[in-house]
Amino acid sequence: MDLSSINPILLLASLMVAATPILLAAIGELVVERAGVLNLGVEGMMITGAVCGFVVAVGTGSPWLGFGGAAIGGALLALLFGILTQYLLSNQVATGLALTLFGLGLSALIGQGYIGIKAPSFPDWHIPLLGDIPVIGPIVFQHDPMVYVGLILVAAIWWFLNKTQGGLVLRAVGENHDAAHALGYKVIRVRLLAIMFGGACAGLGGAYLSLVRVPQWTEGMTAGAGWIALAIVVFAGWKPWRLLLGAYLFGGVTVLQLNLQAAGLAIPVEYLSMSPYIATIVVLVIMSSGRAPGSLSRIFHASR
Amino acid sequence: MIILEKRANPSQVWAFATPVLAVVLTMIVGGILFAALGKNPFVTIRTIFLDPLFSEFAWFYRPQLMIKGAPLVLIAIGLSFGFRAGVWNIGAEGQYIMGAIFGAAVGLALYPMELRLIFPAMVITGAFGGFLWAMIPGLLRVKFGTNEILVSLMLVYVAEQLLASMALGAMRNPDGMGFPGSRNLAQYASATSWINESAGMHWGVVTAFIAVIFAYVTLARHMFGFQVRLAGQSPRAAAFAGVNPQRLVLICLGVSGALAGMAGLFEVAGPAGQISIDFNVGYGFTAIIVAFLGRLHPVGILLAGGLMALTYIGGEIAQSNLGLPGAAIQLLQGMLLFFLLAVDVLTNYRIRIGGTA
Repeated sequence: MDLSSINPILLLASLMVAATPILLAAIGELVVERAGVLNLGVEGMMITGAVCGFVVAVGTGSPWLGFGGAAIGGALLALLFGILTQYLLSNQVATGLALTLFGLGLSALIGQGYIGIKAPSFPDWHIPLLGDIPVIGPIVFQHDPMVYVGLILVAAIWWFLNKTQGGLVLRAVGENHDAAHALGYKVIRVRLLAIMFGGACAGLGGAYLSLVRVPQWTEGMTAGAGWIALAIVVFAGWKPWRLLLGAYLFGGVTVLQLNLQAAGLAIPVEYLSMSPYIATIVVLVIMSSGRAPGSLSRIFHASR
Repeated sequence: MIILEKRANPSQVWAFATPVLAVVLTMIVGGILFAALGKNPFVTIRTIFLDPLFSEFAWFYRPQLMIKGAPLVLIAIGLSFGFRAGVWNIGAEGQYIMGAIFGAAVGLALYPMELRLIFPAMVITGAFGGFLWAMIPGLLRVKFGTNEILVSLMLVYVAEQLLASMALGAMRNPDGMGFPGSRNLAQYASATSWINESAGMHWGVVTAFIAVIFAYVTLARHMFGFQVRLAGQSPRAAAFAGVNPQRLVLICLGVSGALAGMAGLFEVAGPAGQISIDFNVGYGFTAIIVAFLGRLHPVGILLAGGLMALTYIGGEIAQSNLGLPGAAIQLLQGMLLFFLLAVDVLTNYRIRIGGTA
């Protein structure tokens, strides 16, 4: 084993990349849950986004259009969940699971002609000046644009939830939907928009896997990333900034175990591959201290 | 304008009708999907839903129905207790794998000894393996309030890695010339779960039927069944009635884990034969659909398990005869659950069309 082959700068840089798909999916789910809806279909929306993004990017040659397609694909699938849970008042846990099972099947069907194809390249940005700073430059300022999109989204969602009236309405709907309804807010409309936003974010996260991180399409390639995103929302106590911490923690474990695999550590590969999932459980146990939104996963039905 | 009005009590008629309606809707939309894939929708639907039962090769497919249906029913019965009580074990796939690993370990350790007690010992350790794996989310929820959905699901991925490690390492067949995978337990007389292979009978099928009867009696006649139903319908009322919620969580998870573990053991010692990397085929997840489609009722689950087994077998026939992609069947199964959840609104709500009533 040769631990000296692990370059700490590269490790930290790839940590940011590894965290991005989870971060994108988790920030979307955070908004959904703050609106009082528990969508367990993140995994299904992510993988659908991964395949939609890949198909569009390969078809058009543009990764940017691919990400657009992924967001639309994810949002459409989420809309299905929204219609079922908001209009047909189905159980959110069961419907979320159905969304995941459905998404896995759908993505496998769409992607069957695309296995083994390489995605069009999505070059890294070398941000002038900042990117030239030693150590910090390569870690933070030499990534592909989507890494920054993720970071900007986190900041934007924090601002939206805490500093705007729209955010206040969304939180009110999530905390107590009956009171919000009595105040005249459109509970179902707010929730549908939140659900679709969550789907679009999950789609972006999935497309980041198929277009940047891997970059190829394989069946079931999200491998639980959507579930980890759900776990990170709980870990973050439904607060955007702590989400960042959770995603980087997870990204760190992932990257570290991959590096240890490459360095030929005496531990078998399978046990290293388990570590991100075990880390997620450990983190959930230690850190599930936040308070969930009051109306989370409760069915809203305005009776007169 | 369409208005939903909550029923005082769920409609009995619709409770029976919605699964049937969901199947019909799935066939219609599935047919449109198959047409879009360039297949004849009528032939495809007939191939999937009828050919396994009534075609000239049905004698070959009918035993398959039991083989595929048994693990689905066995796992779904276990899940249905938890789902009724609001305990969401969705990691049955992992418990299924652990059951297979634990049970197979006993069989493989004792090879080539021939002893009648070996298979029963394997069943017990298999059930214990699944139970143990389900106790992790159970205890974490009871002790730390950790979400059992996420933990049980994470453990599926851990179990899959463990399975790979076993198939490539500790349990690899020493006479297998380096190929991954364990010895074939189906060919080891004291360890096999087969009763009659050509008839599709193995101990898993028998156990599935026993589990259905047992679950039916428990839910209808036993105090625990009452507590499960009460906790699901009204947690507050359950608390007043003296239901210990923590005990309920542990029992629900334990039972579903043990049943999933047994299903895994029966599979590895029979139809699958060996511990291999691709041993698990998603029964643990499909069983979730089976549980809901069967309305969390034991008899319903038996029927739903049969139907789902039918789509697996019919899907394989459609794949080989009509060139239907395998993913289309997975999609069809997901669709079925979607439609069921959608039309279920009719069970709990009345639809009023027109202005304000």
